[in-house]
Amino acid sequence: MAIAAEQRETTTGGTQYRALAFRRIVLICGMVAALLLSVSIDMALGPANYTLKEVLTSLFYAGSVSDQLRVVIWDIRMPIAVMAVTVGASLSVAGAQMQTILANPLASPFTLGISAAAGFGAALGLVGGVALFPAAVQFMIPINAFLMAMAAALFIHFASTMRGVTVETIVLLGIALVFTFNALLSLLEYLASEQALAAVVFWTMGSLTKATWPKVWITGAVLLFALPLFARQAWALTALRLGEDKAASLGINVRGLRLQTMMTVSLLAAIPVSFVGTIGFVGLVGPHIARMLVGEDQRFFLPASVLCGALLLSATSVVSKTLIPGAILPIGVITALVGVPFFFILIFTNRRRAW
Amino acid sequence: MVGLALKGVGAKYGKHVVLSDVDTDVLNGGVMTAVIGPNAAGKSTLFKRIAGLASGPGTVVLSDTLKGQEAICYMPQDTGANAVLTVYESVLLASKQGSSWKVRDSELLEIDHILQALRIDDLAFRGLGELSGGQRQLVSIAQALIRKPEILLMDEPTSALDLFRQIEVLGFMRSLAAKSGMSVLIALHDLNHALRYCDNTIVIAKGAMVASGPTGEVITGSMLRDIYRVEARVEMCSHGKPVVIVDHSIL
Repeated sequence: MAIAAEQRETTTGGTQYRALAFRRIVLICGMVAALLLSVSIDMALGPANYTLKEVLTSLFYAGSVSDQLRVVIWDIRMPIAVMAVTVGASLSVAGAQMQTILANPLASPFTLGISAAAGFGAALGLVGGVALFPAAVQFMIPINAFLMAMAAALFIHFASTMRGVTVETIVLLGIALVFTFNALLSLLEYLASEQALAAVVFWTMGSLTKATWPKVWITGAVLLFALPLFARQAWALTALRLGEDKAASLGINVRGLRLQTMMTVSLLAAIPVSFVGTIGFVGLVGPHIARMLVGEDQRFFLPASVLCGALLLSATSVVSKTLIPGAILPIGVITALVGVPFFFILIFTNRRRAW
Repeated sequence: MVGLALKGVGAKYGKHVVLSDVDTDVLNGGVMTAVIGPNAAGKSTLFKRIAGLASGPGTVVLSDTLKGQEAICYMPQDTGANAVLTVYESVLLASKQGSSWKVRDSELLEIDHILQALRIDDLAFRGLGELSGGQRQLVSIAQALIRKPEILLMDEPTSALDLFRQIEVLGFMRSLAAKSGMSVLIALHDLNHALRYCDNTIVIAKGAMVASGPTGEVITGSMLRDIYRVEARVEMCSHGKPVVIVDHSIL
């Protein structure tokens, strides 16, 4: 009797942990379902509205629907809807890992100037025709954006490893980068031709309307490249949140992990920005929503960040089509309008700490 | 039996030498060794050097039976208070570094046992940020023990604990060391704890080793005067245990 009682006692924590993990998996599955629904609605909405049934039929039985419906869904709306997913997921994961490695809740590609740097890099190509990597002129815009983003990310990384630099200093440095690159961007805009100016303005507003399948594949491929890298380091990245000393004491090469993560993050942040322009809110808030829902164990936090970012941008895409009938508003402009109320509700109703 | 010896061990940060010439006899498993010295003497640096987290001259000699650097676990003073992790998760992730995502029942059972042994199982699903400094210190000990080290380097593990918990933890560590054959090096400021729980003592001051040997021989009035700048005596209490009695500081 005593032994039975003891055995029951020793497994209490384990049982509770399993229940917690199960709850998180259910939440993640719920997010997947919500994302699929959101993407379907996104594809149904447009100048010609379709029903969800028509969308699903054209997705799974493409041969049985009219050519017009098939073309609209597959060639026009799906690239935009899937782009919202890949871009949202990329920016959110980038923000999540920046917050993790810099131990800073304000870290995101937007707040640390990486998006601004990518924007400036792209504008250099759009306005001045400057290719930072002359060997591949045909991919000048995304490569420019990536190189500038990486330069900014590395600057932030090395600054963060210097002695006496605090997390507050890093945020200040990031804000300084935002102002610097925005000033340079304004200068380019001032000097730009009318056509180039329109292209640059498109950037700064952020829009999914110019999404194409090749762009979707590239952002998707970057995401598929980055996620396994992060997944493999899930325990180590989680341990970073216990502090640098503690992580090192657990046998983690903190410096190497930070560098590798920052390089991957710069890729994740730069590529979407180079295609759809500056979308600021997702990278900052997507990870916070994920953290509040599933905690910081990266085995749950990583997929939840992917899904939160994707869902946030997909839902924004839906709202951008419905806010003013007949018009598609730039997604970067209204992302915050969709995310902020949800974020506030979570902050004020969540009893656990958010950071 | 595990063993560890230090031969001319030092440490540098960049070109700045912060520790030099630490020599010890073999520190056997099954016993506790106190590392004492004033603030900023180099105790944490010595631990980091032994754990391979700092570089420098000299050799850390490990007995052949040890599984190399993995056998050593360093428990730093600070543990993250910002993480949105529960106590249970933080101990789990300490044991899972370099492993697969899958968590086995046996691993959970081990966590349960350690939390119960340290009597913090009631905190298991509290967030790290909700804990007091002392509670976090106990979690930190659990994170170290779950890794089943053969040599455990504990950096002031009782500094935030109340008196009852200090006695409890040190007594637990001593009996655990004796039972498992683990070698425990423990940085302490309370010299009475060193006298009571540690067989050997290493004294570090101004980045160098000053003395090393059996605790009763190392902690003496003259050492306290030279190193700690206090006039003090080591006397036997009514239970026949040595205690440090401090009379006054030397200005």
